[in-house]
Amino acid sequence: MIKVQNLVKTFGSFTAVDDVSFDVAAGEIFAFLGPNGAGKTTTIKMLTTLLHPTSGHITLDGIDPQTHQNAVRQSFGIVFQDPSLDGELTAAENMEIHGVLYHVPGKIRRQRTEELLKLFELWDRRKDQVKKFSGGMKRRLEIARGFLHTPKILFLDEPTLGLDPQSRNQLWNHVKRVNEAENVTVFLTTHYMDEADRVAHRIGVIDHGKLITQGTPKEIKEQTGTETLEDAFLKLTGSTIRDESADSADQMRQFAKMWSGGKR
Amino acid sequence: MSAIYILWLRELKRYTRSRAQIVASLGNPLLYLLVLGFGVGPVFKRAGNGDYLQFVAPGVIGMTVLFSSIFSGLGILWDRQFGFLKETLVAPVSRLQIMIGRTLGGATVALLQGLLVTIVCLIAGFRPVHLAWFPVAFGFMALIAILFAGLGIAIGSGLQDMQGFQLIMNFLVMPIYFLSGALFPLKGLPRVLDYVTKADPLSYGIDGMRNVLLGRTYATFDPRLDLAVLVCVGAVLLVVGAWRFSKIEI
Repeated sequence: MIKVQNLVKTFGSFTAVDDVSFDVAAGEIFAFLGPNGAGKTTTIKMLTTLLHPTSGHITLDGIDPQTHQNAVRQSFGIVFQDPSLDGELTAAENMEIHGVLYHVPGKIRRQRTEELLKLFELWDRRKDQVKKFSGGMKRRLEIARGFLHTPKILFLDEPTLGLDPQSRNQLWNHVKRVNEAENVTVFLTTHYMDEADRVAHRIGVIDHGKLITQGTPKEIKEQTGTETLEDAFLKLTGSTIRDESADSADQMRQFAKMWSGGKR
Repeated sequence: MSAIYILWLRELKRYTRSRAQIVASLGNPLLYLLVLGFGVGPVFKRAGNGDYLQFVAPGVIGMTVLFSSIFSGLGILWDRQFGFLKETLVAPVSRLQIMIGRTLGGATVALLQGLLVTIVCLIAGFRPVHLAWFPVAFGFMALIAILFAGLGIAIGSGLQDMQGFQLIMNFLVMPIYFLSGALFPLKGLPRVLDYVTKADPLSYGIDGMRNVLLGRTYATFDPRLDLAVLVCVGAVLLVVGAWRFSKIEI
């Protein structure tokens, strides 16, 4: 379903993704693990047409995202690392906008919205503005929305970040259920190793832009001779702490410092 | 088409839901209208320029449409912060459709806001001479709305944070307003100010409204010139806006 060959992405002299190759089969749940700044989000951005690869080749369901952008966009759903809902609108309205943007015919749109909102336990709150939702509810709504246009692949970029264990548990149960019911391929990233161990069929570990290893959770544990996936992960990627590059606000501050000429 | 419609509808829903904001946004125009209208009025009359309230009303309407439409374009910044921008950018719809939907939505909201202020002006004592020409004045309002929604999107596409927003507000939006002839007649100005006011597209929008609502005595330019400038500048800004929007990376 997802084929990636020798994928490279450089930003100036910095190589964010370095010669990465992997395959994800249809119906599989594939977890992409790595420390902060390892290249996970950059890879997802390239897979989902948001960034152009420097070199290498990607196909999603046999289609090249570079040349057939819209066909590829129709075939996947994505839940971003940070929220992407319109808080002023209701849950149902957020679903509706998504359905229209993905060309889902009206009747099917309403039917699937009802099914999915019921499955994700949001149907009773469908007429409430999203800004009144809790973090877990927003996450659930985003994932329900991602499934609305019956995608073949669902990308989940750290979907459980900041959720309590109850919400995390429930969220993965839902994802697993839809994965089985609709045979949707799931590509996810997470920092919670226990989640990856429990949910994913296969795992790829990335660090410094390079794919270090891939296999089933069991294979990876056997390979490193460790008990848990967390230990395996630490053994593979070391225990130094990575700092992510500065965001725009930090850059602004640096810029301001530069102009004040070291007076402060 | 349906993508354009749903994004247009979104802007409208967001507008009608923020009732507090609608009321708050009437405060500024009301202040200009009443304080300047009645405060500067006597001096204006002594100088032989006519009734200042009549003169300033189209300016205040123009200001409302300017602020409202440029904010809707800059709203991309909010959508970027709250993430909704990404949702639209990964959808299988062309960027152009998204941009058109947003622009039309923003322009519609600005027009509604303009109408609201028009009603307030009428209540405060604004008496257009040519009421039958009101639809044409409405057309001028629409042109102002589309022009500045386009400008807002062109700028908003490049904005990353709130500091940038403040900068735009103080060094672009306010000067566009104050240099547009909304508050003073554009006749007999010092040369530099004369050039600057003539380079401001809002001058022509407000002048156009004065032309059709109050007649030539209150206006500076020929109404056909007003129309031509607004259409040309508007078209250019829309193209620039669409181009800048298509270049957004997240």
